[in-house]
Amino acid sequence: MNWLDIFLMAFQAIVRNKLRSFLTALGIIIGVGSVVVMVHLGQSATQSVTDEIASIGSNLLFVMPGTAQRGPGGVRSIARPFELDDAEAIEREVPGILVAPALTSNATVVFGNANETIAVIGTNNNYFIVRNHALAHGREFEDSELGAGSAVCIIGTTLVEEMYAGQQPLGTTLRVGRTACRVIGVLEKKGQSMGQDRDKTIVMPIKAVQRRLVGKLDVQTIYVSALVDGTTRTVQRDIESLLRQRRRVASAADDDFYVRDTQDIAEALASTTNTLTILLGAIAAVSLLVGGIGIMNIMLVSVTERIREIGIRLAIGARTRDVLMQFLVESVALSTLGGLIGLILGVAGTWLITTRMNMPFLLSPAVMLMGFSFAVVIGIVFGFFPARKAAHLNPVDALRHE
Amino acid sequence: MRGIYKIYGTGAAEVRALDGVDLTIRDGEFVAIMGPSGSGKSTCMNIIGCLDVPTAGEYLFRGVDVAGLDRDELALLRRHFMGFIFQSFNLLPRVTAVANVELPLIYDGVKRATRRARATEALRTVGLAGRESATPNQLSGGQQQRVAIARALVTEPPLLLADEPTGNLDTAMSDGIMVQLDRIRVERGITIIMVTHEPSVARYAERILHFVDGRLVKDGPPAAILP
Repeated sequence: MNWLDIFLMAFQAIVRNKLRSFLTALGIIIGVGSVVVMVHLGQSATQSVTDEIASIGSNLLFVMPGTAQRGPGGVRSIARPFELDDAEAIEREVPGILVAPALTSNATVVFGNANETIAVIGTNNNYFIVRNHALAHGREFEDSELGAGSAVCIIGTTLVEEMYAGQQPLGTTLRVGRTACRVIGVLEKKGQSMGQDRDKTIVMPIKAVQRRLVGKLDVQTIYVSALVDGTTRTVQRDIESLLRQRRRVASAADDDFYVRDTQDIAEALASTTNTLTILLGAIAAVSLLVGGIGIMNIMLVSVTERIREIGIRLAIGARTRDVLMQFLVESVALSTLGGLIGLILGVAGTWLITTRMNMPFLLSPAVMLMGFSFAVVIGIVFGFFPARKAAHLNPVDALRHE
Repeated sequence: MRGIYKIYGTGAAEVRALDGVDLTIRDGEFVAIMGPSGSGKSTCMNIIGCLDVPTAGEYLFRGVDVAGLDRDELALLRRHFMGFIFQSFNLLPRVTAVANVELPLIYDGVKRATRRARATEALRTVGLAGRESATPNQLSGGQQQRVAIARALVTEPPLLLADEPTGNLDTAMSDGIMVQLDRIRVERGITIIMVTHEPSVARYAERILHFVDGRLVKDGPPAAILP
């Protein structure tokens, strides 16, 4: 008996019971489909997080007050905020870096009839380089404006679209909080990231935000960018020792601030999404297993229904292994077919979801191969018992079966 | 066949389907096995056809002790040396006549084209040329049984076993089938062993074995046994 004949036989049996075969394969279709979708979405999420962080700026360090520990609920211990002096000291003492102190405050922004609440970032000109967000039109802040905390601002493209409706924003005056603020520049478009519109922003001199919006001389975050690749570790260490001195942290005590590298953040987020991917993949794999049990169930029914047929085959000279192969190939064909359809639906589903969610659509051959071969293996494993049952029937009893 | 016993159950529930049967059948014979229901004639047939194994006794098929063969060797024996015809035809439903006839050849690994040619030829022998692509439910009982005969003969076995081949057919069809079987037997020189309870069918045989209660009670030509 050659393989082609065995396959044809299985194929005929599957076609003969179209609805039943489809329902049986459906378990595998859903199983493979969900494994493919889940794992691909997980990988996409990881990828988009990584891309995100690269776009924040390379060689970037975040210096923030507080401790790095994230307890339950993400609560951090409250520590003394930074001041502009700290940022200046870092710039003075640590070589080869750009420093941008920043303070963010939400403010109501009004232009004409339009008004919106927007995060206003107070900083200096280094911000545009350090955060990798350059100007499209207009000019940066002048030293005198930075020194005096003048009411000037550079705005993101979303604001231009939403509030100006096609008007030229340069030279106009926006009301930010209670301050009338002259627009001197427009930022380049950066697009959405992780559900956040990075173009819905206003940048002002930090002193302007401190005095006119917040009313305190705090600095929330100090962005530091190492000018030379590969020096972030050294820079990080230098900043840490400098700040410990300035903030008089006892040598035994933990830092009351933390310096985070974008790499660290990327790794932390990636490991979170990876864990999630594994979890979702495992749940999907369980559904694949359930699909396998469905195959076994239907194959057992099929064997019982076809006992007489098996008897005929045995009588005309089918050996144990011929019957075994016939039923095994049938179940493997069902699971393979299901796996194939599941794969196609899984890829389609991944595409649909990633495009809707603005995530990168990437396919991993390893994941697809794994999902598919898992389906084939399930067909073998769960088809074996029913096939064995069929193959070991006694010919006389099988022929007598009604 | 010597001292064959087939016993079902044990103790008080013990049923002796065959109770010490001694029997020799030579090549080329046409044997009819007769007897009332439960006399053991079908059991005897199943043992001869290697579908069943005796509880005790010795069965030599062409000098080979069948008791020493395993399941797959018995399957090969059936494949190469025996053809089966059943009362209920036992064709695969929803499969065409020619595919049904091809089935034993598939297990024998015969190539596709050869297989089709041989199956078509076998159908022609039983007078069913042109009905190759009909499925069993499109054929009459007599035609279905002829498909079954073609299937039994397609491997050219030396022994044909027929279990009540005319049991589900009317008299006219029965005669047609029997004439055909007899003609094929003469042409090919094969052995036929047939179970039947109809004297009119048994008359086609050369020798009749009469079973009662698992014992072979009469053995002789039809003229001597049938009234």
